[in-house]
Amino acid sequence: MSKDPKPLPAHPSSGPPAHAPSGADFFVTRLEALVGWARKNSLWPFPFATACCGIEFMSVAAPHYDISRFGSEVMRFSPRQADLLIVAGTVTDKIAPVLRRIYDQMPEPKWVVSMGVCASSGGFYRAYHVTQGIDEIIPVDVYVPGCPPTPEELIYAIMMLQEKIASGEKSRDSRSARFAAEQTS
Amino acid sequence: MTVVADTALSPAAEKLQERLARSPLAGRIEVFGLDLPTLEVAPAEWPALALFLRDDPECRYDLFVDLFGVDNLRRRGPRPRFEIVVHLHSLPRNEHMRVRIRLESPDRPSLPTVTGVYPAAEWFEREAYDLYGFDFTGHPNLHRILCHDAFVGHALRKDYPPGQRWFCAEEDLRIPEWAKDTDERAGHFETQTVSIGPSHPATHGIIHLIARLDGERIVRAETMIGYLHRCFEKMSETHYWNQIVPYCDRLNYVSAMINGVGFVRTAERMLGIEVPPKGQLVRTILSEFSRIMDHCVCIGANLVDIGALTNFTYLYQNREQIYDLLEACCGARLTVSYVRVGGLAIDVPDDFVPRSRRLLETIPGFLADVEKLVYGNRIVRNRLSGTGVVTRDQAVAWGMTGPMLRASGVPYDVRRERPYDFYDKFDWDVPVSRDGDNFARYMVRMEEMRQSMKIIRQALDIFPSSGPVNSDDWRVVLPPKDAVYHDMESLIYHFKLVMEGIRVPAGERYEWIEGGNGELGFYAVSDGLGGPYRLRCRGPCFPNMAAFEKIILGGTVSDAVATLGTLNIIAGELDR
Repeated sequence: MSKDPKPLPAHPSSGPPAHAPSGADFFVTRLEALVGWARKNSLWPFPFATACCGIEFMSVAAPHYDISRFGSEVMRFSPRQADLLIVAGTVTDKIAPVLRRIYDQMPEPKWVVSMGVCASSGGFYRAYHVTQGIDEIIPVDVYVPGCPPTPEELIYAIMMLQEKIASGEKSRDSRSARFAAEQTS
Repeated sequence: MTVVADTALSPAAEKLQERLARSPLAGRIEVFGLDLPTLEVAPAEWPALALFLRDDPECRYDLFVDLFGVDNLRRRGPRPRFEIVVHLHSLPRNEHMRVRIRLESPDRPSLPTVTGVYPAAEWFEREAYDLYGFDFTGHPNLHRILCHDAFVGHALRKDYPPGQRWFCAEEDLRIPEWAKDTDERAGHFETQTVSIGPSHPATHGIIHLIARLDGERIVRAETMIGYLHRCFEKMSETHYWNQIVPYCDRLNYVSAMINGVGFVRTAERMLGIEVPPKGQLVRTILSEFSRIMDHCVCIGANLVDIGALTNFTYLYQNREQIYDLLEACCGARLTVSYVRVGGLAIDVPDDFVPRSRRLLETIPGFLADVEKLVYGNRIVRNRLSGTGVVTRDQAVAWGMTGPMLRASGVPYDVRRERPYDFYDKFDWDVPVSRDGDNFARYMVRMEEMRQSMKIIRQALDIFPSSGPVNSDDWRVVLPPKDAVYHDMESLIYHFKLVMEGIRVPAGERYEWIEGGNGELGFYAVSDGLGGPYRLRCRGPCFPNMAAFEKIILGGTVSDAVATLGTLNIIAGELDR
């Protein structure tokens, strides 16, 4: 260590901007808008990929379509670290309680994208073992049609969800919860 | 149209009859020469017959292909209510055969299990129990396998309504009895039971593995499947032949095209029609491209699981480019629904050949990149070499087919052993490895991709520049739109086909092709109406996955993850 240390030149960003008009280094916004802006650009998806849509979801994550352009490439396989549940593929009655458990384990605030017609409505599996839409058990924010949807459609769904988050709109309850509320009221 | 004759014995069936004459069961088994040599047997005789068929030096039916039920409730003719159909294959003699077991008791039919003779039968029998309610006496683990455990009734019986669902709560999901018992080795503090899945990044889809560990070693394991049971077989009983093609594409959704080809071949052979050479070549080329896509996902995902992320992006680039070709042909990327009974949905685009040739130029580059990263990589070699070993005898006993069987040293490839379309005209090799470990499976798949490209190159060389892709039998294929608008006859054919479906002659048939994971078979029973009376899909994943809980014994959990990757389990095909 030298005896006479020289001070380093100041980092250009550490001082006040050179040409800023005086008194303008702050701005006014609503807290919700700021939080919403931050949230919508850093979604952490939990890919609940069960079937064919999961392969298309891999396409969206792969370099060609590159979901990271929308700030949501950090896939988390633990629901406790995720705030966006992407249900990609058919949900059967056997996996439905597992899906509900995963949704319950996610911390608030959380959103759900139902990717593909199977997750949205059961699709063309009008059958004895297939849940006729995941909104029977969990709330859904964006439904993506298609069997499977193209990557562009999923990206569009994420953009729609970003708008929804930015506007601070609340998610609706699941179909079964709404049904239960109607029955008790 | 030819009607499958129920009477005349084929030469293969005659030979089988001669061999049976020497067995202690002679005279108690009827022989039929349908599409395959068929034996009919009473339930009590079945285990003895199975033992004879497996061990007799002139039979040697060593590969257990399939076992499933048929419900004859609504079928014409004097038949018992239930039948069980078993398909066997003889590797030394390269021959399939069928055993039909008649079950007379209508409500709860029972028969002895053959798990002692054919270990591969275990899961097939569980499936038949689940979907038909057959009671296999002596079965080691007779529980539901596809439907959840709160399910009431047996879904593939003809009197079960296709849309009847049952509510399943979390506590209804079955946990094996041995896993509940926590103090199996009390005092040994390191014994513990872990549950991997159903939603776990290493399970690729939804599979549930319950394993008991002693330290790091797996001492007992059981796999739970059925989380993606989408009722394929029930759905196909309620649809017309051509409407089933989209369902087939969603069986093995990683190589969708091959499934459709396999299914329509069954219908075409029952109808006795031929697809023109151009149509066959398009099917071949796109099937081989699909095989490349399948292996790309298998290898890429497997390497991701063991920590090598880069390869996935290289391999996935292949897929994206093949998607472009498929999209140009039919408009869809993944689930193509491109084949129809008698041909294809539409003709290929004009630039099909140059597009395919361009693909053949780019794919080897990506494969070489992966090879460079993987082949000499110490970590990959340590994780894959010597883990998940399946010996030749085990692979055969567990009913494995496809790359799994070939990596264990058996050169059984349906494209070679029973060539369909143009495969016998091309020059290509069946890659085989003797090691039977995870690395061998990786190597076999890499080589198969190269062989697929070789096949595609030769197919493109003889690809006709013009000509029809569809059969001109208008009882099967929709007439051209132009003719429909201007010609009464064509309009009638069009109307009848759309409203009533294809009238496939009554009979039964099993056709099998080489899918991405092995022998992909479709067994159809037709009663002459627009849709199949019964359609059975033999998904190659099913026996492979049944063996998983045996392969991983003695290894660590991290080995099990690597092994699951090389098994290439596609849940859509596994659970159907």
